Amino acid sequence: MIDPRPYLKRLVLPLDPFLFGVLMGILGLAALMMLSASPERMEAQAINTGVALSAMWLVASQPPQRLHSFALPLYLLGVVLLIAVKLFGEVSKGAQRWLDIGITRIQPSELMKIAMPLMLAWYFQKREGSLQVRDFLVAALLLAMPVALILKQPDLGTALLVLSSGLFVIYFAGLSWKLIVPVVMLALIGVSAILVYQQDICVPDLKWPGLHDYQKHRVCTLLDPSSDPRGKGFHTIQSTIAIGSGGVLGKGWRDGTQTHLDFLPERHTDFILAVISEELGLIGVIGILLLYCLLIARGLMIAANAPNLFSRLLAGAITMIFFTYAFVNMGMVAGILPIVGVPLPMISYGGTALVTLCLGCGILMSIQGQRRRA
Amino acid sequence: MELKAPEQELSRFRTRVLAAAGFVLFGFCLILARYFYLQVMQHEYYATRAENNRISLLPIAPNRGLIVDCNGVVLARNYSAYTLEITPSKVINLEDTIDELAEIIDIQVKDRRRFRKLLEESKNFESLPIRTRLSDEEVARFIARRYRFPGVDIKARLFRQYPQGELAAHSVGYIGRINQRELAMLEEDPQVRDNYRGTEYIGKTGLEQSYENWLHGVAGYEQLEVDASGRAVRSLSRVPPTPGQNLQLTLDVGLQRVAEEAFGGRRGALVAIEPGTGGVLALVSTPKFDPNLFVDGITVENWDALNTSPNRPMINRALNGVYPPGSTFKPFMALAALETGKRTAQQTIFDPGYFEFGNNIFRDSHAGGRGAVDMVRSLEISSDTYYYMLANDMGIDMIAGFMSKFGFGAATGIDVKGESIGVLPSPEWKRKRFRKPEQQRWYAGETISIGIGQGYNAYTPLQLAHATATLAADGVMYRPHLVKYVTDPQTGTQRKIEPEPVATLGLKPENLAVVRKGMQAVNISGTGANAFRGAPYAVAGKTGTAQVFSLRGAAYKDLSVGEHLRDHALYIAYAPVEKPVIALAILVENGGWGASIAAPLARQVLDYYLLGIKPKSAAQVDTEAGD
Repeated sequence: MIDPRPYLKRLVLPLDPFLFGVLMGILGLAALMMLSASPERMEAQAINTGVALSAMWLVASQPPQRLHSFALPLYLLGVVLLIAVKLFGEVSKGAQRWLDIGITRIQPSELMKIAMPLMLAWYFQKREGSLQVRDFLVAALLLAMPVALILKQPDLGTALLVLSSGLFVIYFAGLSWKLIVPVVMLALIGVSAILVYQQDICVPDLKWPGLHDYQKHRVCTLLDPSSDPRGKGFHTIQSTIAIGSGGVLGKGWRDGTQTHLDFLPERHTDFILAVISEELGLIGVIGILLLYCLLIARGLMIAANAPNLFSRLLAGAITMIFFTYAFVNMGMVAGILPIVGVPLPMISYGGTALVTLCLGCGILMSIQGQRRRA
Repeated sequence: MELKAPEQELSRFRTRVLAAAGFVLFGFCLILARYFYLQVMQHEYYATRAENNRISLLPIAPNRGLIVDCNGVVLARNYSAYTLEITPSKVINLEDTIDELAEIIDIQVKDRRRFRKLLEESKNFESLPIRTRLSDEEVARFIARRYRFPGVDIKARLFRQYPQGELAAHSVGYIGRINQRELAMLEEDPQVRDNYRGTEYIGKTGLEQSYENWLHGVAGYEQLEVDASGRAVRSLSRVPPTPGQNLQLTLDVGLQRVAEEAFGGRRGALVAIEPGTGGVLALVSTPKFDPNLFVDGITVENWDALNTSPNRPMINRALNGVYPPGSTFKPFMALAALETGKRTAQQTIFDPGYFEFGNNIFRDSHAGGRGAVDMVRSLEISSDTYYYMLANDMGIDMIAGFMSKFGFGAATGIDVKGESIGVLPSPEWKRKRFRKPEQQRWYAGETISIGIGQGYNAYTPLQLAHATATLAADGVMYRPHLVKYVTDPQTGTQRKIEPEPVATLGLKPENLAVVRKGMQAVNISGTGANAFRGAPYAVAGKTGTAQVFSLRGAAYKDLSVGEHLRDHALYIAYAPVEKPVIALAILVENGGWGASIAAPLARQVLDYYLLGIKPKSAAQVDTEAGD
């Protein structure tokens, strides 16, 4: 009889118990909701989850130094692949995102979500101690290139996530508040202005400088979904109805009428939060927010305690990606952000985002493990 | 300082982490606020919208009431059949879809044409039949391929059927699809509109139209749970419809059939009324039409055929044809003379065969004259001269005053919409009718021909029968009606449409007796004697022959060529004289002499009604009336 304990210990050791616990909570809720929204996809999502957790474990058991050495090649590979997509990529649903590499199709933009913070953290680590304004410009350039390529595909959601992951590294690296505050203020003023003047700027004949008509249309539909109830507005209208009708306690698991009578589009993917809101009510929403808060708190704690700049920046940025995912998805489902195709982290159906996010968790665990090993 | 740099770096980083945490918290609070707003503050509103999404009220049209005759013979009923229906709003290319359907189900050109017509008239979003009355085989063939045809479906529908076909078609009328104009009318009252949400048909003419409110019933509805594509998932609740009321008529199908067949293809009208109640026993207008043609949208060919026929089969001559009454007016003139004291029964006039008034000679139809004529004889032989003189003595105001009491020139109030009121000539009428001053003036010479039912006189056969029935009932006037009972099909309770005495004219019995004697004499020794030879019952009657070409006023204008110039034959009668159970008026358009055409027709009708004797031709067909 072989004693399983050493193996078990080796298996469990790389995992951060707190982070893993929260993650299990989220995945448990995900399974529960998938069973309601799309039970026929349970098996596929179980496989996705298995793959994602394995990837997480694999990364978690690596020391951050190895991640450090992967940073530059991964970034370069990502950029090359993005250019390849531009040249030879497959077009599906009007966007060029996929690259056929013989055995399977891959989506290089997804790789960038991890490669970007790695690369920038690597760069700032390299420049540690002699950081100048010029370095922030270089970082901005390193960030802008892939984001532009992804934006061109076009894939606004992924571009937004990659951009934010890079911006968070730059922020944590110490970009001057003097630069951050005015930009944030300007953005806030701009958004409020649009909200206040929506009646006037959404008239059909008005051209918005620098923007395509469809982009204007998307913003205007967000501001007033009823202006296009059968088209783009339909998603927003139906998901707001699902959320609102759920009330505080919800209609009960598997009893959501919006969900189960097909009024809610994309109910197992981007709009799964509407299912949760409808069936579990505000209680369910608060539960999810709490789980994400715990996840992010733990991530930021790991970042704050990380032993070197690379780890700190990486951990901080990756943690903030979770926030970006969650915020954008929850906002768009509730009709306060445009529909950009960002899934609810680790709950929406689909393998790609799940693997990316679990890799992120793995990186956090790896960084946390570094302290333990030290 | 140098040594402290990493420490400083770390604390600065931790400040940023704290700021990031604050940012996250702020962001999540924003999200929470939004969800709180939607789920707590706006919950009611969105809950209602979700319910509206999921619940669809499906109206269930009530079964239309049946129409049966006084013996229960069915005149209008419903039967269930499968139809192939297309919802145009759910079909991308209608023509392609119909072409593809035609490969599995027989779709004729006329079906396509009718569909296109329905499409033009349709309310939005409703499904329209492309084919009705599918065979079981066709249903099976379509069901197997249903997936290929989104927006196309088989439906079981109730269809109106008139099992007696053309019989009494003008009285029963027909239903048809609700058109835009009717829809606009229904929508004026929200309650009515809701009641018609599931209804596609509405009464267009006849009793079907006049008793629409009774026949239609109250719509029920089903609360359905539907999915986003509008497909019903399950039924939540159901309020059954209340079927429409059945109508039992005073009309006797047997009598109606005998009367219709007695016309033998001639154009005309007959109205038979029960004098003591006003119940209409038979109401004939020939030529007839088949109301079944209209039920699911009449084809263009049939519609054109009915509308362009010079015989105008769609016109209900009994209610809307106005004709001079000719000599059938004389009994009423005689009664007027007695009641007003202008004549006594015994008073005789000398008839030289004409009446001279100013420079005009009014000729009697009997050229040589009849010599001395009293009132009874004037009716028996139908003396024109007697009534020329009488009219002249009475004057137009007195005539019009008396005749209006008998309902001439006024609506009878029959329970079928749209009767014409005809023309009761008077100076007042002329002033209203004409524009030019010289035409508005009443000339004394115009009064003369009024006395023999000519001139401006123009009445519907219904008015004539109504007046005859009033005469038969000794001056008690009942509102003519076709419906005897309205029956609730669920409870079986009958509501009787009571005979309504509209007026009692207060006629002197001795005056009535004189006129009755004269009208009886008509059929014993007068103009109706040939027709009623050997009749075992006593009949009061009067023949009439109305000149067409002197016809003025609101009569047919397009019937003035060739054969259409011939005189109209008329006959009024009631029987048995002692206790009348039937009063009738007959008109045969361009039939010639009333005595030779209209009176024999009346004989057949009275023989059947009073003795049960069926004319040979009618007896053969009548066996099928019992279904």
